[in-house]
Amino acid sequence: MKRRQRHQRSLADRQATPLTRLVLGLLTWIVVLVFFFPVLWMVLTGLKTEPDADTSTPHFIFKPTFAEYASVWKGAGGLNSLPSYLEHSILITILSTLIVLLLALPAAYALSIRPVTKWRDVLFFFISTKMLPIVGAIIPLYVIARDLHVLDHQRLLVILYAAMNLPIAVWMLRSFLLEVPRSVIEAAWVDGAGLVRQMRSVILPIISPGLAATALICFIFAWNEFFLAVNLTTVNAATVPIYLVGFVQPEGPFLAHLSAAATIACLPVLIAGWAAQDKLVRGLSMGAVK
Amino acid sequence: MANVIDSAPAIRQGRASTKRAGAPGAGSWVRRAPLVPALVFMFLVTQIPFVLTLYYSFQRYNLNFPTAPRDFPTAWNYEQIFGDHIFRTAVLNTVLLTVVPVVASVVFGVGIALLLNRHVFGRGFLRTLIISPFLVMPAAAALVWKFTILDTTFGILNWFLRPFGLGSENWIGQHSQITVMTFLTWQWTPFMVLLALAGLQSQGEDQLEAARVDGASTFRIFQRITLPQLRPYIELGVLLGSIYIVQAFDSIYIITQGGPSTDTTNLPYYIYQTAFQAYDIGRASAMAVIVVIATILIATLALRAVSSLFSNEGMEGR
Repeated sequence: MKRRQRHQRSLADRQATPLTRLVLGLLTWIVVLVFFFPVLWMVLTGLKTEPDADTSTPHFIFKPTFAEYASVWKGAGGLNSLPSYLEHSILITILSTLIVLLLALPAAYALSIRPVTKWRDVLFFFISTKMLPIVGAIIPLYVIARDLHVLDHQRLLVILYAAMNLPIAVWMLRSFLLEVPRSVIEAAWVDGAGLVRQMRSVILPIISPGLAATALICFIFAWNEFFLAVNLTTVNAATVPIYLVGFVQPEGPFLAHLSAAATIACLPVLIAGWAAQDKLVRGLSMGAVK
Repeated sequence: MANVIDSAPAIRQGRASTKRAGAPGAGSWVRRAPLVPALVFMFLVTQIPFVLTLYYSFQRYNLNFPTAPRDFPTAWNYEQIFGDHIFRTAVLNTVLLTVVPVVASVVFGVGIALLLNRHVFGRGFLRTLIISPFLVMPAAAALVWKFTILDTTFGILNWFLRPFGLGSENWIGQHSQITVMTFLTWQWTPFMVLLALAGLQSQGEDQLEAARVDGASTFRIFQRITLPQLRPYIELGVLLGSIYIVQAFDSIYIITQGGPSTDTTNLPYYIYQTAFQAYDIGRASAMAVIVVIATILIATLALRAVSSLFSNEGMEGR
């Protein structure tokens, strides 16, 4: 992709004057930096001490310290510590992603390689569940969870996050399965491989990058989810976003502390997203864009 | 498993043409089987709550009065809603707080993608930076915006604006709608950048070159070649962006709490307030039903327009 890009750019760039190129280049940098600034500011503020952070004239030059990170980690001043929330988030995110993949892979198979007659309708059903606003379901979910005594239980969020991500995963995996060369699948049939063996030894190795991308998308959405978590959990299943909104104090300096905690909360997804940015667009567009 | 192998001929036939796929008979249930777990799961988790929402919406059900008669069925909740001016405000706010960020993020997204599609120093690095707002946890970003950027005293935005004579704006208190729209635009622009970049990269160089040789101006090339090429990608961005932004909750809950007054109360936030602060399950459910019906109507129309989601190949194959 990169090589084609370079070639593609060449002609337009040759026509532009050096000045135009310089101006456009600078503009690109400025615009991107403006968009990136809040993220940068979060990271920088997290590295400050409270006196450095809580000022009306921002301190750009300061002695970076990990003190606030440490206090977020250990919990200070009667505040809860982050690790238990991180533990909930990690557990819930991983389990829900696993469930999604287990359910989505066979479904995507039945919508691509050996499609059922009404595959369009089935796909429409999956995407339509994403369109229905979650607020339309939150009240019964709350009442059901209360009656089943699973309010504030981790398994409740695991199930709900799986349902939240399943449609995206089905769409995404379907687009990857459509790329598996027909001849490969046919060869497997001729060899008499059953569905399971065909899946394991032929299809999975081919689509494993796609599977990883799908898992990443599910991970991102589950990790960042807030609405269900804030309404259905309090302590035992509370995830990282709940931790973040929980310690905001009406008074007293807390900006460095907040920024440090926010940075830790964002880090897993940021790193994963940066590493897999080429795959992101495909996942986010539910497989419609390659 | 034996059945699977028996059905192999039917499969080959099905694969030859997906439109004629699914020969009736023994093969069809074997074909459907892998779908069943996912469909059952989705049905249980997403459809049953909606049916219950419908059921609650016809009851006078308030958690504050657990023993009061519920009068099922009653249209009381719906009557209440139609006379509720906050509900009307919430509808208008939802439209405003969805349309503006979607349009703005598409415009910014396409613009930045065009800039990034040129030969720029550090292009890969810039792309990495620009997707970051989309990756950060919305709750974390909203908190950081609220306290370290928008805050009247400690926020860095006012410090930046001080040279322009705007040093003490109360962004959250007095410009809440603009603030929320800006935040949502900031959050969603990266997604539109990624989509538009994918669209630009699928563009054929031959066509562009031919146009340039013919002496077409840059603007004309953009208007006649690039924009039509980008159209399906923009449509997709509008559709997916709307699906998520219309449900915006995190940012409103954290930054403005729907205020001041009801200036940034959108439907998700109003339903949340009605259900979890006023404990009026019946009325909140009735609002949810209205939202769901409206969403279905709008979404069906929108989805039919964006055909690319239902093509068998990705957009590159168009």
